Amino acid sequence: MKFVDEFREPEVITKTAQEIRRLADPHRHYRIMEVCGGHTHAIYRFGLKDLLPENIELIHGPGCPVCVLPMGRIDDGLSIAQQPDVIFAAFGDMMRVPGTQGSPLEHKARGMDVRIVYSPSDALKLAQKSPDKHVMFFAIGFETTAPSTALTLVRAKAQGVHNFSVFCNHVTIIPAIRAILDSPDMRIDAFIGPGHVSTVIGCRPYEWIAQNENKPVAVSGFEPLDILQSIVMVLRQLKDCEAKIENQYKRVVPWEGNRAALRAMADVFELRPYFEWRGLGFISQSALRIRDNYAEWDSERRFQVPGVRVTDPKAAQCGEVLKGVLKPHQCKLFGKECTPEHPVGALMVSSEGSCAAYFNYEHRKTAMVNSIVSVA
Amino acid sequence: MAHGAGGKASRRLVEGLFAPLLFAPSSEPLGDAAHLNFNGIGLAITTDSFVVKPLSFPGGSIGELAVNGTVNDLAVSGAKAEAMVVTFVLEAGLPTPVLEAEVRAMGDAARKAGVRIVGGDTKVVEHGKADSMYITTTGIGRLISGLKIDPRSVRPCDKILLSGPIGDHGITILLARGELDLEADLRSDTRSVFPLVDALVKAAGPGVRWMRDPTRGGAATSLNELARDCAFGIVLVEEMIPVRDAVRGACELLGLDPLHIANEGQFLAVVAPEYADAALNALSLTSGGEGAQVIGEVREQPAGAVLVTTRYGGTRIIDMLVGDPLPRIC
Amino acid sequence: MCLAIPGHVVELFPDQPNAALIDVVGVRRRVDLGLLQDDMPIKGDWVLIHVGFAMSKISEKDAIDQMETLRMLGEAELAMQEVQGYGSEDELISETAEPTPLEESAKGSVS
Repeated sequence: MKFVDEFREPEVITKTAQEIRRLADPHRHYRIMEVCGGHTHAIYRFGLKDLLPENIELIHGPGCPVCVLPMGRIDDGLSIAQQPDVIFAAFGDMMRVPGTQGSPLEHKARGMDVRIVYSPSDALKLAQKSPDKHVMFFAIGFETTAPSTALTLVRAKAQGVHNFSVFCNHVTIIPAIRAILDSPDMRIDAFIGPGHVSTVIGCRPYEWIAQNENKPVAVSGFEPLDILQSIVMVLRQLKDCEAKIENQYKRVVPWEGNRAALRAMADVFELRPYFEWRGLGFISQSALRIRDNYAEWDSERRFQVPGVRVTDPKAAQCGEVLKGVLKPHQCKLFGKECTPEHPVGALMVSSEGSCAAYFNYEHRKTAMVNSIVSVA
Repeated sequence: MAHGAGGKASRRLVEGLFAPLLFAPSSEPLGDAAHLNFNGIGLAITTDSFVVKPLSFPGGSIGELAVNGTVNDLAVSGAKAEAMVVTFVLEAGLPTPVLEAEVRAMGDAARKAGVRIVGGDTKVVEHGKADSMYITTTGIGRLISGLKIDPRSVRPCDKILLSGPIGDHGITILLARGELDLEADLRSDTRSVFPLVDALVKAAGPGVRWMRDPTRGGAATSLNELARDCAFGIVLVEEMIPVRDAVRGACELLGLDPLHIANEGQFLAVVAPEYADAALNALSLTSGGEGAQVIGEVREQPAGAVLVTTRYGGTRIIDMLVGDPLPRIC
Repeated sequence: MCLAIPGHVVELFPDQPNAALIDVVGVRRRVDLGLLQDDMPIKGDWVLIHVGFAMSKISEKDAIDQMETLRMLGEAELAMQEVQGYGSEDELISETAEPTPLEESAKGSVS
């Protein structure tokens, strides 16, 4: 696969890992946060932790849009879909996330019309093909995904499709990073920046992290070599006492971002004054809602939404794990009451949630694993 | 729904509910077929239900799956399928040509596989039930003499063989459902694996410890079951696992892992190291086995788990899924 | 939020300027080009695809540059070590000093 396989070349990966070892000061313990859940997933999938020296700790950040969604919002979406002739359409990521009465898949088993879509435009097409039904698209995602939802709403309006609405849960990344840096129990040395969000917002929005907080940022791609090169970049900055934003993912990320995408978002969305983030509490100006000119396509205005706040079970420590204060296995419920089979929080459901990643990929690895070098 | 997906939930249903209530107490691990002995004649019997939407897809249809699936369950438990009975549960209103097409497909598949369909039953249920058609096949076969397949005979350093590329069937079905708007030149791999099993046994019989056909839940599920049953670890080498480009592309696009995707024409075998070369050779020289590979080996650790390694030294655990693999965007 | 895959544009539709058929090692899907309307891709271009929309064009040049940089990792270091093994840098770049056979060969290896 072009633009994928090159960045998985074993010899170059080994070399880059060696460079990391060379750069890492043995007397220093590095805490590097990868903000984006996609990076968390890639780190586990490619086994990148095995390549890093002991004194480099990767902290998983809150960039998992499924993980930060409060249970109440899932309940709200499902309650809309409980109405007759409403189809609940969402990405596969949402299907097993538990609401108080069960997940979307569980609701499907009880008779709700629930469909998995790959794209918001598929949800719109579904509405066009099902004139007797109303399709409610449960939208999630950071700025990577929001423009696509926005364009879909533009198309829905232009094509006069009235049996379609969006339940909007899009959130923005900068407030989440601010919340991490403002948190008193966090010490992060550098950031691996979210590469795909940055294809939309560009690299400028991170400048305050370098200028005001004095932390290096490398905006990173998602292949093994991208992530490793980003680690090289931030280590070099730390070594030279520098703090700046570097664009590791140059082949895809434009420094100024994608103007057309930002325009589409501005046309359709506005910032909510505040929004609740699971584990992080209420954060102002951190989420998107649909503007008045698209009110007809806003599920929250088309339908009555209970809007009940659901607090997480006391014992669940989703918040601390989301902020990187606790590692997944340090949560009291991890592996016991909370497993991928019966998840309590979304971090255990989402494939990029750190708990699921840790459970599926990591926690049964023993010290013996290190002795497995060549098998074939 | 997760209980039918072949992964953890299915396993719990069988082991937690069915086995204690229905089966005679036994310390033997559950296999793909039950072995019976009648006056010294070793037989194997198995049954399987087929529920697939759409009924027909590139490379096959429900009827073929129903025949090949049962032939394969018998093959990987060391038996040559001899005869089969078939049950149809049909939805009222199912067009006759559709039914006829499936019956023809079953006849063709049975002839190809060398198995006789000797009887069956049909029931019709209300419109709205049965998703058009459910098929159950029950097959009986003769055990290949001298073959002793038991996960408890698996030892560290045994090699894991895979007969060919994985993921073809599951991805074909996913695409055929039409919900994801993806197109690819892919076909289900449904076929009888008996000729390959036969070749393997002839070349390496005494060294064959275990076999399984990785259907729903994929190779990851079958290998996790093995790891659990033999109490050793399985270490796979990622680059050695054969996957067609189009399957790989679809999996990358949808965020799926080929190891979790269903197959209907492949099998896994664990072979003692001294027989591994002969085994691989026999498979690659048999028609349909050209894609066979040694994909890993059994190790002491990580006991009970399956590990995937890469050439640059990265490792990850791969577990059984809870339910069906779901596409993701994150 | 992050699963995005490179694909190349195999077909454009004159009657649908915002749509394209892209190919990912043989898997094909229609994607929406609406987010690239300021710089539309042409047939053969590579784009990054996320939830059925093209997010960005992929620069082959930047990809090649990146790989070259990575492949050279450690080589600059090695070169320096080789140079230092033959004496100090000052001696090597001095033009007034009489070049000894050893220094000449060192110069040859640095270039």
